[in-house]
Order: sequence, then structure tokens, then C-alpha cells
Amino acid sequence: MSKPKVAFYWCSSCGGCDEAIVDLAEDILKVIEAVDIVFWPVAMDFKTKDVEAMPDGSIAVTFISGAVRLSEQEEMAKLLRKKSGLIVAFGACAHLGGIPGLANFFEKKEILETVYLTSLSTSNPQGILPQVETEVKEGILTIPKFYDRVYALDQVIEVDYYLPGCAPSKDIITNALTAILEGKLPPKGSVLAPSNSLCASCKRNESKPEKLRIKKFFRPHEVIIDQAKCFLDQGLICLGPATRDGCGSRCIEGNMPCEGCFGPTEKAMDMGAKALSAISSLIDSQDEDEIKRIVDTIADPAGTFYRFSLPKALIPRKRERKI
Amino acid sequence: MTRRITIDPITRLEGHGKIEIFLNDEGNVENAYLQVPELRGFEKFVVGRPAEDMPRITERICGVCPTAHHMASTKCLDDLFKIDPPQAAKKIRELFYSIFMFEDHTLHFYFLGGPDFVVGPKAPKEERNIIGVLGKVGLEVGKKVIGIRKKARDIMTEMAGRVIHPVFGLPGGISKPLTKEVVKTIKEVAKEGVEFSQFSLKVFDDLVLKNKEYLDLIKSDIYTHRTYYMGLVDEKNRLNFYDGKIRVVDPEGKEYVKFPVKEYFKNIEEHVEPWSYLKFLFLKDKGWKGFVDGKDSGIYRVAPLARLNVSDGIETPRANEEYDRMYKTLGGKPSHLTLAFHWARLIEALYAAENMERLANDPEILHPKVRTIPTATPEEGVGVVEAPRGTLIHHYKTDKRGIIEEANLIVATQNNSAAINMGIQKAAKALIKEGKVDEGILNLIEITFRAYDPCHGCGTHLLPGHVPLEINVYKKSGELFYSFRNH
Amino acid sequence: MSFEPKIVAFLCNWCSYAGADLAGTSRIKYPPNVRPIRVMCSGRVDPTFVLKAFASGADGVLICGCHPGDCHYMEGNYKTARRIPLLKKMLKQLGIEEERVCLEWVSAAEGARYATLVKDLVAKVKALGPFSREGRLDE
Repeated sequence: MSKPKVAFYWCSSCGGCDEAIVDLAEDILKVIEAVDIVFWPVAMDFKTKDVEAMPDGSIAVTFISGAVRLSEQEEMAKLLRKKSGLIVAFGACAHLGGIPGLANFFEKKEILETVYLTSLSTSNPQGILPQVETEVKEGILTIPKFYDRVYALDQVIEVDYYLPGCAPSKDIITNALTAILEGKLPPKGSVLAPSNSLCASCKRNESKPEKLRIKKFFRPHEVIIDQAKCFLDQGLICLGPATRDGCGSRCIEGNMPCEGCFGPTEKAMDMGAKALSAISSLIDSQDEDEIKRIVDTIADPAGTFYRFSLPKALIPRKRERKI
Repeated sequence: MTRRITIDPITRLEGHGKIEIFLNDEGNVENAYLQVPELRGFEKFVVGRPAEDMPRITERICGVCPTAHHMASTKCLDDLFKIDPPQAAKKIRELFYSIFMFEDHTLHFYFLGGPDFVVGPKAPKEERNIIGVLGKVGLEVGKKVIGIRKKARDIMTEMAGRVIHPVFGLPGGISKPLTKEVVKTIKEVAKEGVEFSQFSLKVFDDLVLKNKEYLDLIKSDIYTHRTYYMGLVDEKNRLNFYDGKIRVVDPEGKEYVKFPVKEYFKNIEEHVEPWSYLKFLFLKDKGWKGFVDGKDSGIYRVAPLARLNVSDGIETPRANEEYDRMYKTLGGKPSHLTLAFHWARLIEALYAAENMERLANDPEILHPKVRTIPTATPEEGVGVVEAPRGTLIHHYKTDKRGIIEEANLIVATQNNSAAINMGIQKAAKALIKEGKVDEGILNLIEITFRAYDPCHGCGTHLLPGHVPLEINVYKKSGELFYSFRNH
Repeated sequence: MSFEPKIVAFLCNWCSYAGADLAGTSRIKYPPNVRPIRVMCSGRVDPTFVLKAFASGADGVLICGCHPGDCHYMEGNYKTARRIPLLKKMLKQLGIEEERVCLEWVSAAEGARYATLVKDLVAKVKALGPFSREGRLDE
């Protein structure tokens, strides 16, 4: 019996998700030996044409990381959807838009202008911007189109499963791969990670007082961070209460608060709203003016609560300025 | 009638890319272009974010070298908040950085760039990967490579919470101190690292330098460019990844300029072409003269060989010996041989491992005080490190609350992007004659950019060796003229 | 046809919904732009509801609860009082003017006050214009 075919692709990715797979290699030797990797542009030399030549649905599982920012990424996602039995959105960018999703606070024009025109170190007196088609002396060169906004993977193709995290943790990946190979998968559309919040498994949970009450929020560089106390109790914004469990609390171990890369828990529709709820419930005041003052100590609500998930928010991008 | 060869995608390389080669009527190369088809816009979307979050945001530029961005960003924050971290924090940061450089460089040699060398560029494609390398160096060594990489990454996880996207950088220090157990492990890993680096250099010596064919390839003119070079040096002009001033030497090796990172924009500039999303850096004084080398062109190179070219030596003894030996073999300093980047990379790995040893044995790294709380009002800051792939600069401007208003990033490989394009053009022109092209020739073009350390490789030891390439040569009318597939 | 804002109003059962009812039974004229949703307490208003309202096509959101100290569930309205200011700050970053979200305390006896509130809010949102040129964002 031939081994099931597996493919990996990266859209607007940093490569960290591929590194996460590489980091597993020793641990899941048996799993990797059980599959036939047929496409992995970053590590292997198979080409798009090879994928196009495969029969539809012949790839058992394709793992796609990265958000969709450019036309080529959408085209590749659609091609792989056609050729694959299952598509797994791998990592925070594919799952929710990820860090690149923060670009949805800006218009395409603003981004291109900053990078190519107004950047301090750029010399571009002719105001050249990258073009989808450029005629050079020898012929025409093409590059993909930069879209108006960032999309998560399931906003361009149908996704079967999600592996959350930036990057997904070893356990999450190993368990998911085992489940896929053994055919023991939950219902389609599931996120392959525990459904409760990070606080459930966080070692610092025990140190939390009965009621958390904050008179002032601090930014991490403003205080010496205690290595055992719950961050919220120290007045530091930690998104643990609103974030899905499964990462092993690695940032917590690094003595820094959770940024929410695993995305929302099972029932939440909008991660930013839930994070906002959680943080605002700590505010220790019933006085309108004092509440405003405490809110002022939170430096960047939208960028903090939607750090990894803006493209999937109910309001997925900054509202255009002129109607 | 123009014919065209497309290599899409280019492989065993960081990010996405394609090469377009245009032939003239005689079948010789008219021009070649390396296009980068992706952009995310970090410099814009960090605006509005709190400055102290920048190390954790900007490191998502790259998941293979997040530590480089994390460190450049953290140092930028020190400058932004006008805060000097405690000595222990600085040393721990540098120690962490040394482990990272050692791990990254070692991985590249065995899994990515190395195969072109260890097995040879003319070897069958099935062997031009880690499996071929293992065949040459043995399975035991293979296990050692994977083992040392895992150990290095595990200890980094202990120190900074995570290895893919570390979290410990803060303005004025790091988030947590080291424990005795962690330091004990670091010392063991460092010792192993030094031994392994020396072994890697021996592998290079036995399999590459003692092979006349490969040595000729390294010294060949096809892979030679007389460019300027740039890198960080300490106060004694010695190689340093973590801190120092930026030094540029001219194609003859004379110091052209040396400047603190704050003045980077007075010395280097970025050029835009409409056919690629990646910008090209050049020396401001010289100006952009196109994809040409020489003393009058503003094109310069960074990363291993460049760093060794700009430095007067290496601080650690064993690496310094290797430094002298390399230049003796190559016929003097500076060396313009692109393929020598692989050799320089291994020497840098040894330096990183020796540095790891030195810092791990420094009692100060166990000091509990690793943070100083900033009090100054932030305004503007610049930070620099040498990433594995070259000089990396982060520059932030903020409002009084420390919210980012403007950001400018000079990202390592960008410094080499002009040279890479130049290299592709030269190799293509030299190797493709009268329309004759095959898979081997195309790989000889690809090894040009791989020397600069494409960011990503695969650490699994189960790579099939296949380099499936398809070459379609079209007439200007669009009619397919010639097609070659190797699979 | 001039722009008529769609306002979604979350009104707490015990005080403000009764107040709105009173405006009606008192035959007080006020703009018909509001779509009222009765919740048991203003504390029930999850920020998700407000975002969903905008994503579904609302141009403005009104949240009314009992006066501080009068909440039927003791502390519910205090929870709202803590959430809404932070929500408004976040919405501002998303390009949504703070004036589009209005939090007010309305008792069961304040029918006239409710009517004035609605009149003012509709005028304000009308001046600001439609929420989105794209229409619904949640489809």
C-alpha cells in the first residue's frame, strides 16, 4: 500500500511554522516515515507544475501556513484545495491572519508609500512602485498583486482543520499528525487543540487572588516582573483568559505575558472582544472619570487584543476614512 | 526573437522567488532577473503599536532567524528609552545570540548550502541534499548535526521561553535571569559546539578544499565580484555579531567608512525596481549604478565572507587561526569569491561556539539583576546586530508615550540583494551559451544565491534528492520552442 | 434619498426598556431609526454584540442601563460602565468614531429623556455618515 501523500505550502509566512515541523523531526520519525512528502517549496524542489499535474484529491493532507496577502498565495491555496483531500490551516497566520494581519489597520496605498516612497533610507525620486507587470528591454516581467487587505486562509478556500499558534507547539502538531494518520479526527472545522483557555493549564493560576482588581495597568518595561505571580495580578496585560490552551505556556515560562497567538477559545466569535471583556472586568472602579483614567493606561487596545486575529474579527479592517 | 527561461520557484532558499533569463537570437544570455514576489509591510503596520512590543512583533519577519530581529529590536529599545541594561543582561543577550548564530550557520552548511559543495554541484540531483551529505560524512555525523541543533535550541528555549519567536527582550534588560542548571547545560553545549565546528571545518577541508575541481569552482571568475563589504566590528576592528560600529571596506580591502549605526541612512540607501517587491541597498556616496561591481559601483555585500573581509581578525583563538588559514589559501584579503561564503560561515560558527564558551564561563551571567527600569521619555532609537545573513538595523520613532510613529528596517539579506542579482546575471551569461541549458547548468546558477545563505532549510533527514526543474523556452510569439523536464 | 442611520439599541429590561416604552405610551415623537433589543441587564451587553451590530450594518449603537446604584442585579451596570470606555477606545483605532457608541443611564420613568437621547444620537450619527460604504461586513 502506498504511503499517503502530504504537502506543505507557505503563503505570507515567516517560515516559523516550517521550522516548527523541522523541530519535530526527531520526535515524529515514525510519522514522517509513514508519509510521502510531495510538495514543500521551502525545503524541496517540487514545482507548481507538479502539483497541477497531480490528480484532484490525490494529496491526502496539505498543511498551509501564512496569511493571504498577494494574488499568488490565493491561487496556490485554490490549487492545493483542488488537489487535496484535507486542508489544514497551519499556524496563527493561516488560522486567523496572524501578525501580518495587523496590516489591516492600514490601506494598501499607505503601506506601499511607506515602504517604497517615504522610507527614510529609500532613494526613489521617480516614485517607482512595484507593478504587477513591468516591461523591461527584454520582455515583460510579472509579480503577484498586493491585495487591499490580509485574509486568513478560510476566507479564500474551505479549510478542514486548524492548527493554532505562532508557531504551533510540538504537542499540538504531533497529536494532530497522529490523529490524521490514524483517521481519528474530530468534526470538520475543528481547531486541533484543547477548547478551554490558557489559564486552565497555567502554573501561575494558583497564585491568582480570589478577585483580581486593577487600579492601573503597567507595560512590561515599567515594572520588574515577578516570576511566579499571575501577570494580571501584577497589572500586566495577559491574554491568557481569552486564549485557547495548548501551547504549554512557553511565553509564561519566559516570564512574559501571553499575547494570544493560539486564538480564541471554542465558543468565542471575536477574539478581540473577548480579550477586551476579560481585561476590562479587572478595572477596579465605579467612577466614570477614574475608569477613563485606568483605560488610558492601556496603550494599544486594538493592536493588543487583535494582535494575531484582526483579519478574522467581526470588523476585520480599519474602516475606510472617507465615505 | 527573444527566448526566455523561467526558474520558478527557486529553491532551498528563504522566502519566495523566481528567476527570469532572457536569451538573444544567438541563444546567449541577454539579461537575468531575480524577482521577489512577496511583501507584508512591517514598516507600516507596526505604527500605533507600543515600542516595547516590537521585539515580539518584528521577529515575525522571520521564523528561522527571529532571534536576530528580537535582538536588534531590543537594542533599539535600549537606545529609544536611553537605558543601559545591567552587565549580566548584556552578557546573557550576547550568549543567547552566540548560540543562535552557531545553530543557524551549522544547519545551513549541512542541509542547505553545503550539499552543493560537499557532494558537488555536478553530482546527481538526488544526492544534492542532506542525504548525499550524510553519504559523504556518515550517518553518525548526521545524528550529531541533528543532535547539536536540538541541544542548542533546547537551551535557547530554557533561556528565553521560546526558540521560535523568543520573548525575553525588554528595554533595559531581559525578562528573567539564568539559573545554575541552565548555565551548566550551556557549558556542555558550548564545548560540544566548539568541537563540532572544528569538525565541520575539517569536513570542508577534506571534501571541498582538497578536491581540485571544487577548489577551481570556488576560485573561478564566474563566482567572483569585486564589491565593497560591510559588517560590524568592535573597537579593535574584530568580528562581532552583537555590537560595535559598522565598517565598510572597498574592493581593495581599504577602509572606506566606519560609522555608528545611528548614521546608517547617511551611508546606505535603498533602490526600487518595479519588477520586484524587494529593495536593493547601495552605498549612498557612490550612488546606484545598476547591477555592476567595482570600485565605482555602490553595490556592497554583507554576511560571512563580507564580515571577515571587513574585520582585522577574530577575538577567539581557534576561529582566528582558521581566519588566517582561509585568507592564505584564497590568496589574500579581501576575498571576492562568492562560494567562499560557505567557508567563512563555518569559521563564524566556530567563533560563535567559542564565544558561547567564553560567556558561559563568565560568573557574571548568574547575577540576578537583569533589568533596569527606563525613566526617560522615548523619542527615537536605532539598534543593530549582525544577523546570519547580514547587517540588520531597526530604527523606531515614537511619541512621548512610546507608541511607534515611524519605523525603518534594513533587513540583512536586502544588503545582498543587488549582489545576488548581479551574480545571477553573471553566472547565467557565463554558463548558458547558444541556448544550451540543462539541469546541471541551472543548478550552477542557483548555487550563486545559495552561497549567501538562503534563510530556510529543512532539518529533516528525509529529503528526497530530487531537484525537479522545468525549463520552458518560448519564442516571442509565445510558441513553445524547447522544453526540458528532469522529472 | 438622504442617509437615515440604523441605530441598534440594547435596553435593559428593568429600567431603560421600560423608559423607552414610556416614551411610546406617552406619544412622544422621536426618530424611528432605533431597532431596540431587550436584554435583562446592560451588563449582558458583550462587546461582541456591539461589533456584530456594526458588522451587520448598524451605523450607531445605543446602550442603556439603570442609573448607578439602581441596577436590578446590583452590579450589572457597573460592569458595562467598565467595558464601554475601553471598547470605544478600541473602536477609535478601527476608524469608528466614538460618537457612534452611546452609553446612557435611563430609568423607567424617563420616557422623555429617552426620546431626547435618541434624537441627539440620530442627529450625531447622521452628521457622521454611514458606518461603511461596503454595507454589511459579516457576510
